Amino acid sequence: MTTTALPASEPRPRGAVRAALEETLLPPVVALLIALVIGDLLILAFGQSPAAVYRLLLEGTWGNAYGLGQVLYKTTTLTFTGLAVAIGLRAGVFNIGAESQLAAGGCAAALVGLALPAGVPGLLAVPLCIAAAALGGGAVGAVPGVLKAKFGAHEVIVTIMLNFVVLALLNWFVASKLHVPETLHTPEIHTGAVPRLSDAAAAFHGSAANATLAVALLAAVAMGFYLFRTRRGYELRAVGLQPDAAEYGGVSAGGVWIRALMLSGAIAGVGGINYVLGYKHYYEEGFAGGAGFLGIAVALVGRNHPGGVVLAALLFATLSQGGLAIHALVPKQMVEVFQAVVILAVAVSVPEVRRVLLSARRVQA
Amino acid sequence: MKRLFILVGVLLAAHLGLLLAHRGGAAAETGTGPSVGVVFDVGGRGDKSFNDGAYLGGTRAARTLGARVRFIEPGEGSDREAGLRLLAAEGSDLVLGVGFIFTDDLTGLAREYPKVHFAGVDYALQTDAAGNVVPPPSNLSALKFREEEGSFLVGAIAALAGGSKKVGFVGGMDIPLIHKFEAGYRAGVMHVCPDCEVLVGYAGVTPEAFRNPGKGKEIALSQYQAGVHVIFHASGSTGLGVFEAARQTGHYAIGVDADQWAEAPGHVMTSMVKGVDPAVFDAIKRVKDGDFTGGVRSFGLAEDGVGYVYDEHNRALIPDAVRARVEQLRREIIAGRIKVPSTR
Repeated sequence: MTTTALPASEPRPRGAVRAALEETLLPPVVALLIALVIGDLLILAFGQSPAAVYRLLLEGTWGNAYGLGQVLYKTTTLTFTGLAVAIGLRAGVFNIGAESQLAAGGCAAALVGLALPAGVPGLLAVPLCIAAAALGGGAVGAVPGVLKAKFGAHEVIVTIMLNFVVLALLNWFVASKLHVPETLHTPEIHTGAVPRLSDAAAAFHGSAANATLAVALLAAVAMGFYLFRTRRGYELRAVGLQPDAAEYGGVSAGGVWIRALMLSGAIAGVGGINYVLGYKHYYEEGFAGGAGFLGIAVALVGRNHPGGVVLAALLFATLSQGGLAIHALVPKQMVEVFQAVVILAVAVSVPEVRRVLLSARRVQA
Repeated sequence: MKRLFILVGVLLAAHLGLLLAHRGGAAAETGTGPSVGVVFDVGGRGDKSFNDGAYLGGTRAARTLGARVRFIEPGEGSDREAGLRLLAAEGSDLVLGVGFIFTDDLTGLAREYPKVHFAGVDYALQTDAAGNVVPPPSNLSALKFREEEGSFLVGAIAALAGGSKKVGFVGGMDIPLIHKFEAGYRAGVMHVCPDCEVLVGYAGVTPEAFRNPGKGKEIALSQYQAGVHVIFHASGSTGLGVFEAARQTGHYAIGVDADQWAEAPGHVMTSMVKGVDPAVFDAIKRVKDGDFTGGVRSFGLAEDGVGYVYDEHNRALIPDAVRARVEQLRREIIAGRIKVPSTR
């Protein structure tokens, strides 16, 4: 590069492509390798063969249609919660309430599904339920947004505490008004089932994967468009980078925070469709099962980019389903530790690798 | 720049080296008996009562029957079905779900895999719209316990040996399954002491209520404060808080599901034991012997499926007269002369 004939401001295309490749590929590769080496050591500590454990993990997830279906099912929910956390972080607000927003969305969808008369066609019922889920999650998300914009209450505290409030309220509501005796769930919804993947390809039989996955991918595309191609999205990112500067530029930071947290809650809420309409056809207490909290890790590993979030969701879904498969060899807690190792490896090594790459380039320039 | 590529190379070499470090393949399952899969509830293992009882039954079957037993503890709710399905699809001879929460998933899978045997501990029988009980599929054995009978006996012990007209009950989740314990306990108390009062507290309305020791301690402390000397808990690991409260205030607690003496030695008057361990063992044995049948198997005092602990540890806490009276009650229940209610 030092011998380049072109001015430094116009790097040769080949160099630019190479630099872009290095910048996108090297950080995740380093992070993955670090995680794998630590994973090896953990597995060896349990007296098992790392090769055998990894093979079992792959066989149980990507190795057969059922496993793949389960991975896709888990990817769907994690994509929604990951996108929810990511859009908040883009606006500079940290939404830790995706767990309860997911549950609220699922509950709202179930209520609408139960209220609709039996004859309503799915093409009408499903969008209605999705709208209800978005409203349910969005309403929960609006609370920390308004409290932050109007009273300066920190959204981290508010969203954490709201998790307890909302989940307790939902549980009380379902347990006292709706549940089927001796179970923890509402009656079954007979309208608006989302088609399963196994309806299209019989090989996926038994897996919970369903068409909500398409909604999740659409949501990721829509969010990318919103963030990077619209004025509102630009405002949102501007507030996230530097709220004071954005205000000076004529953007109301408070308005953006409210909007971002409502959108965040709505996205998380729609995730409830995956379980309620796609899998069990009822709302069950505790169905969120930590997917809301895992969404934080998904957003972090996906670096708050919609495409990255989808890939990160796929990674964590694989680890979660693979955890069941390797249960025979290593305890469940080891899988949880491994997930944490992945998060730490990404969090630490990605910025570090980028820093080294950038400084190397500066030296060369 | 170069340093990065060196780092990648070193990590890659380390990974490959570690992959080769362990030459053995996957640990081969030994044993010639039936292959059995047991799925616990989320966060179930380690409750020192119910789930651990199923674990004991499984390991005992592995030891004495040569059964190849796999245990799965799901990480989240949607993994319950996934765990059961994984085992059924692998062609296990028996797939066992531990806890009432597996009811729906077991029913669905039993229909889907008619050649696999299924068993559900505390399987909840559903009723149809007309109010008739829906029998489980023919390859599914519902292992149910008449907890109210054992609870009746420990209720009598609490009232006779507690030395107070007030006795306590701490339930986990507020559901019919736990109401059975409460109803039997209350009936036992009232049978031997009609003017006694039973103080009742539940830890919540979600599954979380079964693993909330802090809440258990809180309820127990308030009951002891109100003059209660003995508390019977039916609340999973929430009960660990009840034992803590008993130890702290010098009162007594009654354990549940398994002998819980070790949780607070000297403060556990007795435990209402539920034979999850023998029931699980029995289901595996029936598969091995080829005489597994579906339907409901109910375990009560007559079958030794429930009972109470009376051994060298707690003998000093239960006077001989009380022991004799309670044994008399046991015989009367088995003979059908006392009818124990199972609902509040």
